[in-house]
Amino acid sequence: MTALRIVSAGFAPTLQDLGRPHVQHLGVPPAGALDPVALRLANALVGNPPDTAALELRVMGPTIEIEADAVRLALVGSGAPVEVMGDRKVEAPSHQSIRLTRGRRLRIGSLADTGVAYLAVEGGFAIEPVYGSLATYTRASIGGLDGRALRDGDRLPLGPPQAAERAELRCADLSWWRESGPVRVVLGPQDDYFAPASVAEFFAGEYRVTREADRMGMRLDGPVLAHAKGHDIVSDGIATGAIQVPGNGRPIVLLADHQTTGGYPKLGTVISADVPRLGRLRPGDALRFAEVTVEAAEAARQVLEERVARVIERFGPAEPWLDEDALYRRNLVSGIVGSGEG
Amino acid sequence: MSQTSPQPYPAPRFLSAGDAALVVEFGDTVDPAVNHRVMRLGEAARAAGIAGLVDLVPTLRSLMVHYDPTATTRRAVEGSLRELITDAGGTRAAGRLWEFPTLYGEEVGPDLEDVAKRTGLTPERVVELHAGVEYEAFMMGFMPGLAYLGIIPPELELPRRSEPRVRVPMGSVAIATNLTNVYSLESPGGWHLLGRTPVALFDIRRDPPVLLTAGDRVRFVPVGRDAYDDLRLRVEAGDTGFAPVGTEAAR
Repeated sequence: MTALRIVSAGFAPTLQDLGRPHVQHLGVPPAGALDPVALRLANALVGNPPDTAALELRVMGPTIEIEADAVRLALVGSGAPVEVMGDRKVEAPSHQSIRLTRGRRLRIGSLADTGVAYLAVEGGFAIEPVYGSLATYTRASIGGLDGRALRDGDRLPLGPPQAAERAELRCADLSWWRESGPVRVVLGPQDDYFAPASVAEFFAGEYRVTREADRMGMRLDGPVLAHAKGHDIVSDGIATGAIQVPGNGRPIVLLADHQTTGGYPKLGTVISADVPRLGRLRPGDALRFAEVTVEAAEAARQVLEERVARVIERFGPAEPWLDEDALYRRNLVSGIVGSGEG
Repeated sequence: MSQTSPQPYPAPRFLSAGDAALVVEFGDTVDPAVNHRVMRLGEAARAAGIAGLVDLVPTLRSLMVHYDPTATTRRAVEGSLRELITDAGGTRAAGRLWEFPTLYGEEVGPDLEDVAKRTGLTPERVVELHAGVEYEAFMMGFMPGLAYLGIIPPELELPRRSEPRVRVPMGSVAIATNLTNVYSLESPGGWHLLGRTPVALFDIRRDPPVLLTAGDRVRFVPVGRDAYDDLRLRVEAGDTGFAPVGTEAAR
């Protein structure tokens, strides 16, 4: 079996693809990447279809040993380097594809600049999907490796042998990742459950992501919102990005692992173009919201899709890094040159 | 769950849920008549093959329509749905009928005595009433495989527990308000636990893992400890062959 061996898991990485949004009618949450844009770009760098599962990393990355002749990987969504360990430790840049051979180890350290990053592997993983997806939903033990986050010692079986030698690619345009400005929201479905003054405050105020943030949702700290018609509704459907406000008036933005239905009023829904940005936020990060129409949200999604396509079109040659073979050759050459001196 | 207005809306409301979903709301009460309108629109939309649809999630009183905003628009989806809404009664598609062997009371139904006390009935009468009705799955939600079933006999109606339990075991058969359910996974929960069924409503070893779907019908069949244990051991050993007893048309 060819595999990636998880020497050390870091902070509970999971396998995620674009999720299983088509079985919400069975009560199954969509799950999938918190930042689908970063996932798609990571897959594009290694030549995968956009919905191929990759490792979703949070807080602290893993140490992985290559148990295949060759593997092509790419880390996207963080500026953290990929440390490649052999006789000496060298650093390969993120946001480009790298090819590593059997026995090499890579380590990704602290992800201090993002909520999530993705490590994609050419060919993906040889794991049975659940409802057509490898996305891990740990609360019901669905998807990924036995429905759970990865642990030290796990082996992730790889798809058919890949990673033939080719020029490696780099994603130099990171403007999509540095996007700032208010997070855009369409009002509804239950904006009429809130006092108009509270709706105005929601859009005027600044919020911060609290420590109560996971793949299901993030609780926000900021202006407390007042309900006008009570805080219980007869359960209805939930969309990713829904801003749910329970009785205490503190909004929760629901992310990929959200329940499919719920009984709290939802003031608005973050637009699909801005949902990936939510995934990148970490506890303590500040955010503001701006109201837009559905039509403006659709236009924004169109802009995002065009941008992602352009970023992929403009992948350039990878930055050279001192991989071990290259280092070995260089030392050999400088050794010969050195012996000719003096 | 609030039960504010007594009637379904004269016309459904189309509510925004971002740019990848919309809600068609038929009412804001737990009412089978409202739910049937939701289900009929869901079935019609599924049959019509509307372009760009991702999923249709019926709830007690509304239909959530998830769509792919890179493949269609809110305007197009709403337009297609409006054409499918009719006020005609119509008949519903056949829903499967399931019979769930259930052990009531004992350690698996820790609230049976309390429910009896609070409703002024004997525990035997509570079981008789709960098992005497064929329920309909109005919606799925809360967790994978969990169906909201109703309507329970009015004598059994109680609000949710004031102190939810931290851990409700999988398979627990429970009631709250005018509904009943089976916990498909271990989870926190505030419903009153009457008993337990060994039938796995969610089993990752089965393909597909979820047993029920909205529109299915369910009867709870009281069984003794031996029958309960037999089925429980079979399920635990990996028997995933539990089948519906019928598919005759509902109503």
